[in-house]
Amino acid sequence: MSEPLFEFLCRMGDNTLVLGHRVSEWCGVAPVLEEDIALANTALDLIGQTTLWLNLAGEVEGKGRDADALAFRRDVWEFRNVLLVEQPNGDFGQTMMRQFLFDLWHKGMLTALQDSSHDQIAAIAEKSLKEVTYHLERTTDTVVGLGDGTDESHDRMQNALDRLYPFVGEMFVSDAIDTAMMAEGIAPDPADLRPAFDARLDEVLSDATLIRPTSDFAHKGGKSGQRHSEHLGHMLSQMQWLQRAYPDATW
Amino acid sequence: MYAQMIKSTGKGVKSLDEMDPEERAFQERINAGGKIEPKDWMPDGYRKTLIRQIGQHAHSEIVGQLPEGNWITRAPTLERKAILLAKVQDEAGHGLYLYCAAETLGVSRDQLTRDLLSGKMKYSSIFNYPTLTWADMGAVGWLVDGAAIMNQVPLQRTSYGPYARAMVRICKEESFHQRQGFDIMMKMANGNEAQRKMAQDALNRFWYPSLMMFGPSDKESVHSAQSMAWKIKMNTNDELRQKFVDQTAPQAAYLGLTIPDEHLEWNEERGSYDFSEPDWEEFFDVLQGNGPCSVDRMEARNKAWDDGRWVREGLLAHAEKKRARKMAAE
Repeated sequence: MSEPLFEFLCRMGDNTLVLGHRVSEWCGVAPVLEEDIALANTALDLIGQTTLWLNLAGEVEGKGRDADALAFRRDVWEFRNVLLVEQPNGDFGQTMMRQFLFDLWHKGMLTALQDSSHDQIAAIAEKSLKEVTYHLERTTDTVVGLGDGTDESHDRMQNALDRLYPFVGEMFVSDAIDTAMMAEGIAPDPADLRPAFDARLDEVLSDATLIRPTSDFAHKGGKSGQRHSEHLGHMLSQMQWLQRAYPDATW
Repeated sequence: MYAQMIKSTGKGVKSLDEMDPEERAFQERINAGGKIEPKDWMPDGYRKTLIRQIGQHAHSEIVGQLPEGNWITRAPTLERKAILLAKVQDEAGHGLYLYCAAETLGVSRDQLTRDLLSGKMKYSSIFNYPTLTWADMGAVGWLVDGAAIMNQVPLQRTSYGPYARAMVRICKEESFHQRQGFDIMMKMANGNEAQRKMAQDALNRFWYPSLMMFGPSDKESVHSAQSMAWKIKMNTNDELRQKFVDQTAPQAAYLGLTIPDEHLEWNEERGSYDFSEPDWEEFFDVLQGNGPCSVDRMEARNKAWDDGRWVREGLLAHAEKKRARKMAAE
């Protein structure tokens, strides 16, 4: 049991780690001061959640690794985040669309995980859900505001959606790890989260005057770790640099 | 100290007898320790000087995000990354309170932003220096925030109400920032050889720029004299610099680091440290836009503002559409 559970916890923690890192790249250069503050807030929440998920992963693994060891000392192929979250920030519209699509999945996932048979997972989900509910409110408002704003903002948001939509499907694909989690009552079947996601996505896109891409083609390989994008390696080379360059140092 | 060389009226301080009754009442209120609020009468010079000072302070908070933001994506642990992010987020928040305080004086945040981006208004010289190693995150918190606090603590008693209240909140957060900086320095100074080297190198590079933050001696400055009479400046630059050196020298000794000043010495008679002045020529070069990162910082701020235009316009257009739809429905 411990290996699929470890994998599952890495998936949760790597999603928040990688997305938190991406969002933190905005520090000091957002379109308005309020957005600088809000983006930092989102990044902080995600990094906090990462610590909880990856510390638990390390505990389950039982090899003495903590959240920092997992975050800073694994290579690309050991990362289990979905491809969506490692996509580069692009413009502010792409960052917000990526966040919205992730938040909408994340909220559904955490809501289900509150009923997990695993007490610590249920507790982390409950705490995270409070934060993510707010993230989703904010990104929904921003996607609607920019989609239904000027011609330029509308076009940029449509481009962002077209660019990122092929990464949505991976969040709902079930594999052997998910089956093992379902069997233990630890986590839901990701496929079961899709109908509610789709319904809400359609509502928001309609308010935002955006058109959902017709193809449901989905890139895969992030959550299995089999084939990440080229972007992840560059992110890790920056994020992990100090830990790798000075392996015996404490910080 | 995030406001440097703020020009006041340049005319010298009037005596109470030289003032008309309105100005005299204003000055007497300040002398008695009273607060001036946005709707109260105030001399034009007081308003303009405060706008320059609060605006420069706010801009410093905004530009000050950049040298620390430079290390957020390379922070060595999750906890350090979270602390640094929280600190930089506080700085954006300080910028926001300060712009709000300036707005009570009749200038908009957009106008102040345009003046920063065009180079008409300045920000603190310190943020034109690069952050080159992780130890610089320690040095910035310990020295730069430490120097800023020297000035900001007395400003909690400044005569202008909204500025004083903003400063109360800012000071609480700044003292946390300084402690986190010192904590990084302790880890580095007590770490391995490379870390100790980084810590000493950071102190070497940030010591004199930190002393420059207080500005050149203003004993003879008519601008400072007026600002002090109005209680929008509470101490001379030399007083604050001395206080900073007296506080910091023992901390450096505790860390086992050497302040890069061969003349630094305890003066028993004065009960203070003697120390060397920074290179004021370098300071004026930095103010002229020739700091090591001056061009990069302004480019980064201008790029952020230009790239964000479509977002600001989009959100504004949406808010107007919503309002129009609501009115049509009523």
